[in-house]
Amino acid sequence: MTAARRHVRSIDEVGRERIIKLLALTGHMHEINQRPVPKVPALRGRVVCNLFLEDSTRTRLSFDTAAKRLGADTVAFTGSGSSLSKGESLRDTVETLAAMRLDAIVVRHRSAGAPWQIAQWCEAAIVNAGDGRHAHPTQALLDAYTIGRRTGRGADLSGLRVAIVGDIVNSRVARSTTAIASMLGAEVTHVGPSTLLDPRLDVQRCTDLDQIIGDVDVLYMLRMQNERMDAAPVPPGGEYTRRFGLTPERAANIRTDALLMHPGPINHGTEMTVDPSTMPQSAITDQVSYGVAVRMAVLFDLLGTGEMEEES
Amino acid sequence: MTRHKQVLGPDDVRRAVTRMAHEIIERNRGLVDVVLVGLQSGGVWLAEQLASEIARIERPVPVGVVDVSMHRDDIGLRPVTPGAITDLPVDVTGACVVLVDDVLFTGRTVKAALDTITDYGRPRSVQLAVLVDRGHRELPIRPDFIGKNLPTSADETVEVSADGVVIAEGGGE
Repeated sequence: MTAARRHVRSIDEVGRERIIKLLALTGHMHEINQRPVPKVPALRGRVVCNLFLEDSTRTRLSFDTAAKRLGADTVAFTGSGSSLSKGESLRDTVETLAAMRLDAIVVRHRSAGAPWQIAQWCEAAIVNAGDGRHAHPTQALLDAYTIGRRTGRGADLSGLRVAIVGDIVNSRVARSTTAIASMLGAEVTHVGPSTLLDPRLDVQRCTDLDQIIGDVDVLYMLRMQNERMDAAPVPPGGEYTRRFGLTPERAANIRTDALLMHPGPINHGTEMTVDPSTMPQSAITDQVSYGVAVRMAVLFDLLGTGEMEEES
Repeated sequence: MTRHKQVLGPDDVRRAVTRMAHEIIERNRGLVDVVLVGLQSGGVWLAEQLASEIARIERPVPVGVVDVSMHRDDIGLRPVTPGAITDLPVDVTGACVVLVDDVLFTGRTVKAALDTITDYGRPRSVQLAVLVDRGHRELPIRPDFIGKNLPTSADETVEVSADGVVIAEGGGE
């Protein structure tokens, strides 16, 4: 009897119960990362393919490191330099990969829904590493883990006020992190110019950062996604930074016990003119370091657990 | 229908722990570099009880926890429930590590614990203390300190706590 194949493609698909288990597993993985030999043989013999068809540095390196620390082998596949540039279709590519008997495919793609499409073409477990403007569940998991660990609340974020600031409408991070924070009980507010907010999302909205900045427990600054801007919804000439950027003056208004977060890479001078490394509230380097642990937890959950009865 | 048979009571467990504490002290003269390491999850309370007995009789020793789930040989077959995170309070290189578990059965958990400990360093020696040795070993592993030898059949389960030891027949709850 084989269990139903599982994936991690969106926060809603994973669901609250499994999210809480993944956050607990992340703690174990973080401990492994602190060991003198930060490597375990848990996924020895498994093969993880990183299929990155959109630019990425930290997420790709993070997944690659995560797979290797669990003892899995990794195969890297990037758009440029592959047969995709000869016109091979995504479907042909995935079917070729499937013939190599991969256990998991970590996919980043510019189109929303690509991970669901790929799941129909192969037998591997699919991890969404970002699909268009849609979802980025492992970023959301590492954000939730960072908040839970820094505040000492674990997986219970009830009552925490989280403000996500900036380019909401183009951001898969905003969508996934909002979903997980709400699922774990936080109160999420989206902040930005009305052209960059998404009225379809069920959250509070605010167009004045200064009105709420002194109240929030978590200030989450998004990256301005210039590469996804079709038109020009933001006026040029620094007005965005004046109203919604984290300037030294605004940074002084953040509570001392609040957290400052950013998914990276930072557009210095646009959404941030302050150097976050000088701020004790910054959790940005924690986000990167917990990112590896979260991805280890996800890969282990997909490939390292089974349905047999637990042994005492 | 499962049948439960109590084989040790709370007083028996307490006496067994005291005797094992004495044996650990005798074997490791002066308790130099000794660290007790409980296997998560069943060995954790036992390691703490042994440590407090040893502290009462002789002197305090450090106590740690090891999570062996990433080194198990049945990975991919069973669900994994996150429990205590590995916490070793001292550098294991050069230490005399006493692994502590409640029940010794196939020996596979102990093998995983040995592999895990090795990732942290090279202990001078590793010893094994178990409250119940129920037999049915599948690996060449033998305990140094035993609370109780308990012949069982392979399909029984053994439940151990500070309140006693219970054998459940037919798989058990």
